[in-house]
Amino acid sequence: MAQKYQKAVAVEKENIVVDGVDVSGHWNRMFEQRVIFEYTPELIEKIASIPNAESFANCYQCAKCVAVCPVDVVGNYGPRKLYRYAQTGMDLTEAPELWLCTTCANCLRVCPKEVNMVKIMPAAREQAILEGKFVPNELQQAFENTAKTGNPLGQPQRKRDAWIQSAGVPVPIIKDVGRPVDVLWYVGSYPSYHPRGIDAACAAARIFNALGIDFAILGKEEKDDADSQRLAGEKGLFEMMAEYNIATFNKYEWKEMVVTGPHELNAFKNVYPKYGFERPVVHYTTFLARHLDQLKPLLKHPVNKKITYHDPCYLGRHNGEYEAPRKLLEAIPGVELVEMQRNRENGYCCGGGGGGMWLDSFTAQHTTMRLSEKRAMEAASTGANVLAVACPFEVSRFTDAVKSTGNEHVDVLDILELLDRSMRGE
Amino acid sequence: MNIVVAIKHIPSIADDLPVKGNNVDFDSVDFVLNEWDEHSIEQAVLIKEAVGGTVTVVGVDLIGELDNALHLALAKGADKVVKITADDPAADSHQQAKWLAEAIKGMGADMVFAGVQASNDIDGQIGPMIAAYLDMPYIGGTSAIEVSGSTATVSKEFPGGVGMKYAVTLPFVAGVQSAPKPPRYAPVSKVRQMAQTATVEKVAPSGEASSGLAFKKMAPPVVTGHAEMIEGSPKEVAAKIVELLKSRGLA
Ligand code: SF4
Ligand code: SF4
Repeated sequence: MAQKYQKAVAVEKENIVVDGVDVSGHWNRMFEQRVIFEYTPELIEKIASIPNAESFANCYQCAKCVAVCPVDVVGNYGPRKLYRYAQTGMDLTEAPELWLCTTCANCLRVCPKEVNMVKIMPAAREQAILEGKFVPNELQQAFENTAKTGNPLGQPQRKRDAWIQSAGVPVPIIKDVGRPVDVLWYVGSYPSYHPRGIDAACAAARIFNALGIDFAILGKEEKDDADSQRLAGEKGLFEMMAEYNIATFNKYEWKEMVVTGPHELNAFKNVYPKYGFERPVVHYTTFLARHLDQLKPLLKHPVNKKITYHDPCYLGRHNGEYEAPRKLLEAIPGVELVEMQRNRENGYCCGGGGGGMWLDSFTAQHTTMRLSEKRAMEAASTGANVLAVACPFEVSRFTDAVKSTGNEHVDVLDILELLDRSMRGE
Repeated sequence: MNIVVAIKHIPSIADDLPVKGNNVDFDSVDFVLNEWDEHSIEQAVLIKEAVGGTVTVVGVDLIGELDNALHLALAKGADKVVKITADDPAADSHQQAKWLAEAIKGMGADMVFAGVQASNDIDGQIGPMIAAYLDMPYIGGTSAIEVSGSTATVSKEFPGGVGMKYAVTLPFVAGVQSAPKPPRYAPVSKVRQMAQTATVEKVAPSGEASSGLAFKKMAPPVVTGHAEMIEGSPKEVAAKIVELLKSRGLA
């Protein structure tokens, strides 16, 4: 992106007279006084005055954030640049930049002034939505689907548990179990409906069965967590879904909730407590790593693959889980685990967070390449033939990305699928 | 400017359509707002924003769940909502048009909008019938409506990229094909606020009309053919396609 906003131009003078004395000379270059008054703080204040977006004004332009922002790698972005754009005429609530941040939190990790895009972006987007400003079409569709059908894909609620037919093992529905269970497994929307997500859900069901876990799912009562919709600015929708979900979770007795997706983990562990839900929730990688001693003897068949693992932003940076996924992969016989250059705390975002999952075509108009494509290329450059993931958004994103970047030889597989393959020898 | 929008609640086809006897099984299907009506609401709100006025949305409550659609309309910018309490999910569009016309009659509308058709019956009669009952002119298939004084400029699009503009004197009834912009998003917090605070005016259904048609049979479509995947290298596939086209007399 070229500089789009008004910019102060240095004006060079031929002659200059100070207090009546002509001080012009060929030996020095003379500039007009810097025109700092061309910049206005108004548009920065406009954002910083939105509740939760106050830290936007903290920026002192050190630029540490730009170096780690995944969007800047494929465009011109990062909190520092947004601040500068605002200073030179960009109203963030009306600019395309409003929708590009994935709330990956890498800038927050390095920012000395705690400029927090994970709070600023949802607040600014909410303001824009409430004021009836432009909302990208695909995102609007995901919001409407969530409100109407309970999931962003727009699939019928009645078919939410149709996937269990293909699991090949019993998947109990908590309503039918009629007794307390150890584990309530929250499957999630993409594992319930998306074909590649269903593969991971079936794998998880087989692993839980093999481990003898006393688990059940909510079945047709399960609805989307709506955390990404919240981050995309639809707080009202999030609250409506949270009220329903909390009431549903509390209808049943269970000891611990296991979630397939990092976004659901973030929702139930970090955000739902504000709405009165405080019960133990873990991601499946953490849960299975805890059962590693029982799991290891089941992993009988070698998976002879060179695997690189992509840290999901909402599992890693947002929730601090970097080791469990790697422990699980290393437990599979035959696996050679290699790291991409950007990993763990500095992991590169797949572009799916903060609503990015439903903004692909919009983002494509404002960046040189999809974030998932950039990451797929990084994965391929390690020489790996499997890109392992632990987030249901990622399987479909990276499957498309390896194809569009000519890296079809890299298989994109959820860790659940890899464990399942080692268990069953396929 | 007094704009009235007549809407229609229809069975959702997001899921397989359940059939009972010779009609839809109305008890096990969700009802949604007809897609073309979303456009006529948008068109009405755009005119209101441009020249001022009020937008009244009126619909037949077939299963007692129309409020959701009405709250949504309010959140998008409608000023007043009215439901005709019919509680008859099988009421056809001719009957609905009569009820709507009776309800709209006393409203003093400058313009009445209806979706040009609805996907449940593709009948397209609600707009024209309301126009006939109210003795107003009708223009259907609109893609943009702009108002200035007592005249509206109505755009229509025809196949082959041909567009036409009509000058129409108010009052009139329009069958909206699409609004000039995609229907706006109504944030859930606004819809919920409307649900808590807004009043939905109720009127009893009045008058009778019927299309005179009866369903003989309703059944989900039967899958008869399926696509044939041709395997092989691009060259082999091309050769097979040519062969197929020849064998079927198409080349
Ligand atoms: S790291 Fe923080 S203070 Fe530095 S430029 Fe970025 S947002 Fe501003
Ligand atoms: S949260 Fe991530 S995508 Fe957003 S500005 Fe910060 S580094 Fe960039």
